[in-house]
Parts: sequence; structure tokens; C-alpha cells
Amino acid sequence: MSGRVFAMLRPVAAPVSAEGGFRAALFTPTALVFACIAFASLVVAGEAWAQLRAAGPKPGLLETLWKWTPLLLIGPPREFGGFALNIAVSFLAMAIGTAFGVVLGLGQISIHAPVRRVCWLVTQFFRNSPWLVLLFFVMLLIPFQIRIGGTAIPLPAWLKATFGLSLPVMANVSEIVRGAVNSIPSGQWESAESLAFGRLQTLWRIILPQCVKRMIPPWMNWYAILTMSTPLISIVGVNDAMTLAQDALAAEQRSELLMPMYAMLLLFFFVYCYPIARWTIRLERRYAVKI
Amino acid sequence: MEAVWDFLRHVHDAYGVNLVHFYDGFERGRMLRGMWTTLQLATLCILLSVVIGIVGAWVQGSRSRLLRAVVQGYIQFFRNTPPLVQMYFFYFALGPMMPRVENEYGIPQPILGSFEWAMLSLSFFAGAFNVEIFRSGVEAVQKATVEAAESLGFSRWQIYREVVLPLAVRVCLPALNNNLVNLAKTTTQAYAIAVPETLFVASQIWSDRINVFEMMVTLLTFYLLLVGAFVWLMGRLERALRVPGFGK
Repeated sequence: MSGRVFAMLRPVAAPVSAEGGFRAALFTPTALVFACIAFASLVVAGEAWAQLRAAGPKPGLLETLWKWTPLLLIGPPREFGGFALNIAVSFLAMAIGTAFGVVLGLGQISIHAPVRRVCWLVTQFFRNSPWLVLLFFVMLLIPFQIRIGGTAIPLPAWLKATFGLSLPVMANVSEIVRGAVNSIPSGQWESAESLAFGRLQTLWRIILPQCVKRMIPPWMNWYAILTMSTPLISIVGVNDAMTLAQDALAAEQRSELLMPMYAMLLLFFFVYCYPIARWTIRLERRYAVKI
Repeated sequence: MEAVWDFLRHVHDAYGVNLVHFYDGFERGRMLRGMWTTLQLATLCILLSVVIGIVGAWVQGSRSRLLRAVVQGYIQFFRNTPPLVQMYFFYFALGPMMPRVENEYGIPQPILGSFEWAMLSLSFFAGAFNVEIFRSGVEAVQKATVEAAESLGFSRWQIYREVVLPLAVRVCLPALNNNLVNLAKTTTQAYAIAVPETLFVASQIWSDRINVFEMMVTLLTFYLLLVGAFVWLMGRLERALRVPGFGK
């Protein structure tokens, strides 16, 4: 047997065919249509308002929005920022959070009571603290550069913010891992034991491969929540889409631009997060264990 | 009490642990007012979002397709956009369009202040999740129960209020707790529109007194206590509302 083959005991429930409702789940464009209509009506309302109080020729709203779109999406030239930064931060924070979260989650089911307790405490602490407070904590208490030997490694604000956002993700991934391991029927552990698997072997080759499927939907859910929390980094002074939108609004000095600009920002996030939400629901249905 | 403050003053002088927000009367007052604002904001948001959830779940069961689509659109929009941007949208974009009223000094001011906007936007955000949560509870109520109520001549609203909702609430209480805890934590976002809640006040104090670390620890402790108290209360509620014959 090659090393890559998992000795996997089949789960008690047969795989569920969840073909019905898939198409419906993935292709319901109602919400997208809704969002677009809402956005369009906001622009029209803003335009009407602008014309009512127009004092001289001004470029149209759509034109102005279009002018700022590249800035909001990819940030200023030769600089990394905007919505792309939001996405990058969400990827990186998710990666860090998942890596630490898995370790913490496995610690929570450790057979050593002190390890279990410490991991539980850490998880609960970061799970129950507000994101923004954690973000401030990391931003203000981690130095802007660290010195190792003679070399100074700079820690830019966005990196610290990423780390701050990854802390609550870590705690929640830890809970996901614990929940998934606990949801595996104990028969799996017992049969593995009867086949002379050690604890680590059982965990690595039998339990965890079965957990992955169960963990993916909640994990994706947390990814969406994290992405929607990334605008928080604008509060601590990172050049993300939110900050740039406010800069653009400050530069334009036009009150009728407020609604469309914020609506556009909402739309960016919606277009990114909504498909993820639909996909999560789809996977949840497919991986659901029917008893 | 004075002895405790004196002790903390001594700790500051002797060890440099600056707990000025406890022993200084002015800072203590600020801090307490901030905590009070957080409590008010959290309580009002929780109540309003639960009302939104209950009404929304009822509308989702209505016969009108349009109404259902509107609620669905509301849920999807608020669930899939960042709460912070929602709050900015409410406060900066919708706020200026609201009518103005004159205050007692004869100065026009917006009819809704930052506290009210924070309350509204957070409630709508959490309300979107609550609708889904209540709907899942409503769906868990057995058809036969509803049919029995129908055969007794209950109207649709009566069935919802008297039969379905009391059962649904009990089913979805754990999920609801989760969301409401999250809401209580999200009230920190009101910082962004300068609502003088705990985080905002804390940031003012740590800028004035340069005691970031002590302030942070106080903040985290406060929120952990707040969440802990809320979880404990809801746990009691859950036990009090338990339906005999379900669960352990």
C-alpha cells in the first residue's frame, strides 16, 4: 500500500445524492437582480437630486463613479490597496487562522487534560472578544518593526491588521475542528483501535479525512464572515476599499455622490460574497449526513 | 472604595501599571458612561433585531410572492455585505437626507443621531440572520400542530403568534443566542461613527493617558464579562423554556 492511501472506514451513512435543488440553489439570480435594481435606483435617485440642486455643469454620477472604480478596486497606482487588498487580507488571514485553528482544535480534543484546558481557554477568549477590539489590540501593541539580530523586519500596517483578523478566525476554526471530530461516530475510533492503529494514526488516517468534508461548509461560511469584516481595517488606517471610498468622497465634495459610492462598495462585497454563500449552501446539502 | 482607588494610584506610582480609568473620577465617569451606552445599544439592538426576525419569518410564510421576494432580498443583501459599510451607508449616505429638527438652542440637527443610526444598522444586520433563524424554527414545527390549530378556527396570525412561534422560539434559541452574542460584540463597530460606546471612550482615554495596554485588558475583560453574562442569562431562559420530552 502506498503511503498516500488513507485507510478509511466508510461512514455509517451512505453518500447522499443531493442532485435535486442544486441547480435552483446555484442559479437563483433573484438576489443579484435585486441588488442591481437597488443600485440602479440609488444612482437614479442621486442623479435626480443632483439635478435638482445643480449649480453649474458637473460630470454625471455614473461617469464620476466610473472614474473612481479602478481606485476602489486595485488601489492607487504603484501601491497595493482597494478591494484587491481586502481580498488579499481575507486570503492571508484565513490561511493563518486555519493553520493555527487546526492546531488549537486538535489541542482541544487532546488526551492531556492541561493541553485541552489551555486550548479551550484560548479558543473561548478569542471567540468571545469583539473583532474590532482584537484588531486594536494587535495594531497598537505589536511594534511596527521587529529586530532580529542586526536586521530590522518591518511590519506594515496591513500585515498587522491581517494578523489581528486571523485571531477570531483561528478560534472559530478551532471550534469547527473540535465539532467535526466529535461528530464522527465513536465506532470509527473503536474499529481503528481493533485494527491496531495508534491514536495519531487513527486521527490522521481515519478521523480527519472524514472530518474534512464536514468542515468545509462552516469553514467557507467563516471565510465569508471574515471577508465582510475586512473593512474594519480601514478604521485602523489601512488603504482598503473603504478608506479609498472615503478619500474619493472627500476629493469630490459632492453630497449626492454619497449614496451611490457606498452602494457601489456594498455591491463589490455582495458580488464577491453572495456566490460563496450559495456555494456553501450547496456543499452543505451535498455533505449532509442523513440519518 | 476610596482605599481601592488609593491602592491603584499607588500601583501606578510604584509599578507603572496605569489604571487611571479606575481611580481618576473623571476618567471613571467617562468609562462608566461608555459602558452604559454599550449596554443600551446592545439591548436595543437585540430587541429590535428579534422583532425584525419574528416579523420577517412571518412574512416569509405569506402567500404573496412579492412580499416573500422582498424579505429574501433584504436577507441576502444584509447577510452578504459588510456590516461596517452598511453602517457608513446608513449614517453618511441616508443620514444627510433625513429631515432636520431644531434642538433646544435653536440649532438645526439631524432627526437621528449616530447612536440611532448605529442601532438601526446593527439591528437590520442581525435581523437578517434572525429571520433565517426563526424561519428554521418555524419549519421545525410539525405540520399536524398547525393543522390542528387551523381546524380550531385560528387565523393565520393567531396560529403564528399562539402556536407556531412559541414552539419555534424554543427550537431556535441556541442559534438565536449565537447570533445575539455576535450582535453584542458587533456594537463595537459603532466606534466608526463616533457613538460614545466603550471602545470609543477607551480609545479617547488611551490617547489622553497613554495607557494602551491597561485599557485594552480592561476592554477585553469588559466584553468577556458582558458576553458571559448574556450567555448565562440566555442559558437560564433556555432551561426555563424547555419543552418536556425533547433533548436530554
